[in-house]
Amino acid sequence: MKAKIIVRLKQTVHDPQGEAIFQAFQHMGYSKINHVRQGKIFDIEINSNSAAEVRPLLDELARKVLANPIIEEYVIELGEES
Amino acid sequence: MKIKIVVFPGSNCDHDTEYAFGSILGQDVEMMWHQEQHLGNADLVILPGGFSYGDYLRTGAMARYSPIMTSVERFARDGGMVFGICNGFQILCEAGLLPGALMKNACLQFRSVPVHLRVETTRSPLTKQLAQGQILTMPIAHGDGNYYADHTTLTELVDEDCILFRYATSDGLVIPEANPNGSLFNIAGICNKQRNIFGMMPHPERACEPVVGSSDGLILLRSLMESLESTVQPRLEKAAV
Repeated sequence: MKAKIIVRLKQTVHDPQGEAIFQAFQHMGYSKINHVRQGKIFDIEINSNSAAEVRPLLDELARKVLANPIIEEYVIELGEES
Repeated sequence: MKIKIVVFPGSNCDHDTEYAFGSILGQDVEMMWHQEQHLGNADLVILPGGFSYGDYLRTGAMARYSPIMTSVERFARDGGMVFGICNGFQILCEAGLLPGALMKNACLQFRSVPVHLRVETTRSPLTKQLAQGQILTMPIAHGDGNYYADHTTLTELVDEDCILFRYATSDGLVIPEANPNGSLFNIAGICNKQRNIFGMMPHPERACEPVVGSSDGLILLRSLMESLESTVQPRLEKAAV
């Protein structure tokens, strides 16, 4: 099964990188852009087709390694079970 | 004193630290590769500065799971003294041995400059020999030194007197202009409640001789050594009886 883990800074945490990208958009003249925040996406392949098995495993990986729960939050998206 | 310096792939202040503690202070220093499983006997463990694992994922996030870290965590939780400098501070936060996290500098610049630190407490092995409010000068060299903690954690740090240093002006004013990286509350270094684990972004090991611009770092390292001697010596005597 394939899955995605999306990691973002919590809304309450300042994101200087997102801000810099936003400012670049402003300088480039993209005046319709109001706000940018930067995050990370991890594409993961798991040797299992059971969502019931995969979800807790990915949750553990995200919590322990991929995201720092002090500053970040994450979302797990599972692909189709084949 | 037996000092172990953990070397991760990408550590680059390990030799400065070895020089400061070994050559200047004459301590028994041993370098330990991060792949080692057992720390062995140590009075002090240092996680040095650098860019372990290329700062991949987050600073310190990979190093925190290096094989040696299980032993370092056990040592720290048993009350052993652990000192993280720069990347070492980031690793200690990632490992949950110190509260909070270190994020990208708010200015987005890599800052390599001398800074002034105001000593906030003398209730720590690192600052025991200093005076509250004393100003120290030493360099920072980091891109991710922006200390963050939630409100509850910050309140705890203040209430428990765990903030060791804050970025200040040369005359001791803690103001935004003196903050090089956007750190919450101008925090430059903290310790845990038990006061045996400490971390700081500035580099005392790089400020140990006047020829490099400041020897204020040496005051901290000396304070640490004297604190260790006063705690380790009675323990050894007790063991010998």
